[in-house]
Amino acid sequence: MAGKNKNRSVKTNEMSNWQYFLRHKGLYFMVLPGVIYFLMFRYVPMGGLVIAFKDYSPFKGIWGSAWVGLLQFKKFFDTPDFFRLLRNTLGISILQLIAFFPMPIILSLFLNEIRHSAYKRTIQTLVYIPHFVSWVIIASLTYQLFNVKDGAVNLIFQNITGHSFDILSKSSSFWGMIVGQDIWRETGYGTIIFLAALAGVDQEMYEAARMDGAGRFKLMWHITLPSIKSTVIMMLILRVGGLLNTGYEQIFLMRNDLNMSMADVFDTYIFTRGITNGQYSFSAAAGMFKSVVGMILVLGSDRIAKRFGESGLY
Amino acid sequence: MAVLHKKKDIKIRKSPGDRIVDVMIYTMLGLVAVSAILPFLYILGGSFATNKELTEKAFFIIPEVWSLNAYKYAVRTANILRGLKNSIILTVLGTALCMVFTILFAYPLSKPHFRGRNLIMNMVIITMLFGGGMIPSYIVYCAYGLYDTYWALILPALISPFNMIIIKKFFQELPGELEDAAYVDGCGDTGTFVKIMLPLSKPVIASISLFYGVGFWNDYFNSMIYLKTAEKFPIQIQLRSIIQLTSQVSEIAMDYYDTGGAPPDKAVKMACTVIATVPILMVYPFIQKYFTKGVMVGAVKG
Repeated sequence: MAGKNKNRSVKTNEMSNWQYFLRHKGLYFMVLPGVIYFLMFRYVPMGGLVIAFKDYSPFKGIWGSAWVGLLQFKKFFDTPDFFRLLRNTLGISILQLIAFFPMPIILSLFLNEIRHSAYKRTIQTLVYIPHFVSWVIIASLTYQLFNVKDGAVNLIFQNITGHSFDILSKSSSFWGMIVGQDIWRETGYGTIIFLAALAGVDQEMYEAARMDGAGRFKLMWHITLPSIKSTVIMMLILRVGGLLNTGYEQIFLMRNDLNMSMADVFDTYIFTRGITNGQYSFSAAAGMFKSVVGMILVLGSDRIAKRFGESGLY
Repeated sequence: MAVLHKKKDIKIRKSPGDRIVDVMIYTMLGLVAVSAILPFLYILGGSFATNKELTEKAFFIIPEVWSLNAYKYAVRTANILRGLKNSIILTVLGTALCMVFTILFAYPLSKPHFRGRNLIMNMVIITMLFGGGMIPSYIVYCAYGLYDTYWALILPALISPFNMIIIKKFFQELPGELEDAAYVDGCGDTGTFVKIMLPLSKPVIASISLFYGVGFWNDYFNSMIYLKTAEKFPIQIQLRSIIQLTSQVSEIAMDYYDTGGAPPDKAVKMACTVIATVPILMVYPFIQKYFTKGVMVGAVKG
């Protein structure tokens, strides 16, 4: 990238910063609103994390509230909720990692086998659609298909087996339901990034291998898979970094009083404790714990990937 | 993707085994595609059906007797139309502002000679790794006076670092000679940007607009946290309250009863789901061709 523009930057390198600024005022005016945005809407809230070390009350304000050190964190780790939240959060995330993560890769490998380009395009158009639909609508579809009273899937199941199955209000099926929704919604869209990586593969490699008598599965194993390896590892790093981010919208919409014991995760807990119950400092501490662990996970898995010779994220 | 991926098909005689595998793959992909849209077709068909048919038959896509009653009911309850209007305002305004902020921010950062580039990029990347989280953000945005306004939904979302990086990559991959030519012709930075770069960026502008637009249209959680006045609720909140009516009684649902609506039946729920889904699905085919054109290719390497 840099090489392309090298000859242009030679001239500008001789300018002093002030000359450069005057010459490119336009660029600085363009970047200014964004910088203000990042400061006001990303960095100020980061500073707002000080309330995790205080006993924040809206009346006293952030600066007027008393410091309490690590008390909020201690309270959070000491609640019996903590292990339940950790179990549910990790349970859902790890199930996602096992059941959902390979799906887009498998689908891309199959799509890659298709020669008929109109058919391939149609399939792609259709499988991307669920990604663009809101969680409210997916919750609504799930309810209308699976509820015990008049859900279509349940009625069909009843006709065949004679009894119904209730995934909506049983706590034991909550994790499976969440991951099932993820698989339905994101598998198709998730192929984009792998197909993009596959598009860069030199077709002559396939031809050469075919000449050497490699069959379809040999091609897949020796050419296709290695060529998406670094993309897979990159996605894996992102996944691992997000282990504690189960997302609140989906879980919030699917949970109810009956499945709550398996459905409460860090994100929903922070919302309920913080915004519904007004325990701001306590839930800010819980949120900070989550962010810090998340950051360590991303940087850690990135480092491990680099140790194994991958380029990693940063 | 398909365009990028056209294979030079050399004629190789396929073995019968290969044929069978081909048939299996084609069929399986067909089934995957059907399962992706079947729920929508079911809801669409059901929304035009009579309640009688919906209770009698477990599953159908094309109703025997067509009826518009569900839509008539949905339109009569002012909540749905108002929600639709609110969502359109929010989505159009939000997407426009996001695009202006994101593009303006991405352009200078796409220039290797831009001084301060590394500093600003680091500032962006840090926010991708670490953030204040829900509660401090809530307190800060409320302190800005954004509570119960659409600004609480729009302003925090103005620049998504991920989208910004895609646009920046796109600018970087445009041929530099075009810019050089514009400079020689006496265009300044802004002139080049407006006259040369923007018109060339249609694919990326379309795709990123879709991403932002979908985000605003689909938002439920932020609206729930930040909006208090029922008149301002977007379609997703209205839809949620209608679906919830019979599944569990919520506070919003009680408000809904107060406005005089009878508990909606199955067809009405389906009609409301269709109303909330269709606008996004109508925009999608027009824009899909752009993000298959390789906008995402630039995003492969974050």
